[in-house]
Amino acid sequence: MEKILKGSPVVSGRAFGVVLKSDLSISFWGGVDPRTGCIVDPRHDLFGRSVAGRVLAFPVGKGSSTGSLILLELTRVELAPAAIVTIHCEPILATGPIVIKHFYGQQIPVMTLSAQDFERLETGQRVIVDAVAGEIRFKIDKKSLS
Amino acid sequence: MDLTPEEQRILAGENGEAARIAMAVLVDLGTVFGAERLIPVAQVHIDTTLYMVDAGVEFAERMAAAGGRFCVPASLNPAAVDLLHPERMRVPADLLENSRRLERAYLSMGAAPTWTCAPYQQGLIPRFGQQIAWAESNAIVFANSVIGARTNRYGDLMDICAAIVGKAPCFGLHLGPQRQADLVIDAAALPHSLRRDPAAYPLLGYVTGELAGDRIPAIVGIPADVPVRALKAFGAAAASSGAVGLFHMIGVTPEAGSLEMCTGGQKMEEIHVVTAEDLAEAAARLSDPDLRRPDLIVVGCPHYSYAEMTTLAGLLDGRRVHPDVACWAFTSRAVYGWMAESGLLRTLTDTGVTVFTDACPLQYPKSAWSFTAALSDSAKFANYCFSQTGLPSAIASLPECVETAVTGRHAPERSIWKRF
Repeated sequence: MEKILKGSPVVSGRAFGVVLKSDLSISFWGGVDPRTGCIVDPRHDLFGRSVAGRVLAFPVGKGSSTGSLILLELTRVELAPAAIVTIHCEPILATGPIVIKHFYGQQIPVMTLSAQDFERLETGQRVIVDAVAGEIRFKIDKKSLS
Repeated sequence: MDLTPEEQRILAGENGEAARIAMAVLVDLGTVFGAERLIPVAQVHIDTTLYMVDAGVEFAERMAAAGGRFCVPASLNPAAVDLLHPERMRVPADLLENSRRLERAYLSMGAAPTWTCAPYQQGLIPRFGQQIAWAESNAIVFANSVIGARTNRYGDLMDICAAIVGKAPCFGLHLGPQRQADLVIDAAALPHSLRRDPAAYPLLGYVTGELAGDRIPAIVGIPADVPVRALKAFGAAAASSGAVGLFHMIGVTPEAGSLEMCTGGQKMEEIHVVTAEDLAEAAARLSDPDLRRPDLIVVGCPHYSYAEMTTLAGLLDGRRVHPDVACWAFTSRAVYGWMAESGLLRTLTDTGVTVFTDACPLQYPKSAWSFTAALSDSAKFANYCFSQTGLPSAIASLPECVETAVTGRHAPERSIWKRF
């Protein structure tokens, strides 16, 4: 059966991908290597994982003004995440995907979820992020329901 | 958002492609954060100046080529390298060329070549209550808190868009009611001598940022005559350990004549008392405990003012920097010009200090130098040093940094933090 999580679109668009989730905040500057798309902060639980093509889920963005620029570079070298799902979105996190939409004409949809619904996302889930309707859809198999 | 007919024409592309992209970004950002309209800004400080990735060069060059021109005064944050003395910094040719491409793009759009992270010390300084759009975390917090100008914590790329349109979406810290304090930091329990020591302020700022996160702290117990240098170090630290965009210091900063003035009369539920031990613990968190023989001493993060350079020369008092140590001082090219004219530059360089302009001490070309450990008077530098340069580092007071520069030895057990 299909599960639908309702959220708020921050940057509109639709994407399909596999979830990469952390309960820690992410700073794109200093936290993600713009040449490889991998998380390079050794204190982070996603250390070494690539964000490229993933539905990247983390609770809140943090850090320097330069984070928006790193996301633009990841798009330029085709290593950007497919979508971003978060609980609290601040201006620096929103700026990257907004500029990417108007400058490169590409979409990195961004959505916020309630803390409770954010909990339902798991690394490895295949999801559809619909940041037009404000929905994240994924299939749950019957085993996990029981 | 409610756009004026002129704003709608810009969004439709009537003023060219660069203005269209810039307006679309501002409108989208404003829509996300609930802004009802755009407001004119008096000036913009641009942070997208440090060459790091090619997308930054591509964005600046394409906006310039598409007719992008800054319609309000725009100042520039540091470049990655010293643009006036690249050979002194051993800058590789490709890094210099990428920095020059950014320089050409920004100057063609009309920016002032300030190349400094402390734009509030000279040049295009906003006034109290003025709406501005600034990026660079230490500059944002200084403009909001010490001057009382109004800006959100804007990020790279958005700053360029704001300068092209001359406007910003009206939300957050642009609005008076959003500038009230959320919590209180009580510094009154600190020993009087510590509250009068500029060395306490980067650590007090670091602790404040950790407690405040992205909220607005009100700090009580600070002497009314606290020097500007201390406020600058406090803000830079709070904006690196947290996401502080505005602080109120009661009896010091202009929106905080009293606690009631910056809380709107609301009773503050959250009060943190900061002690000398808290500052000592912050110093320990920012310091490698085994650091004894740093070979790089860095001052000027954020860029030193002329007054701070004078203090540095006074502490050196003609003594020479130890031959095993590099002592680097960073400032703007404006301050550098004044130092050259007055003879202060000669005084410092005669002792062995190297003065760099335009650049960021965290971005020097690492492979051209072989440092093993750094010491600095800046909590911001200490916070980012390892992740940006790979060097272990420690924080110390400016007098301690100078003694280490002269003797080549750092003695944390004799630090001022052990004396309180």
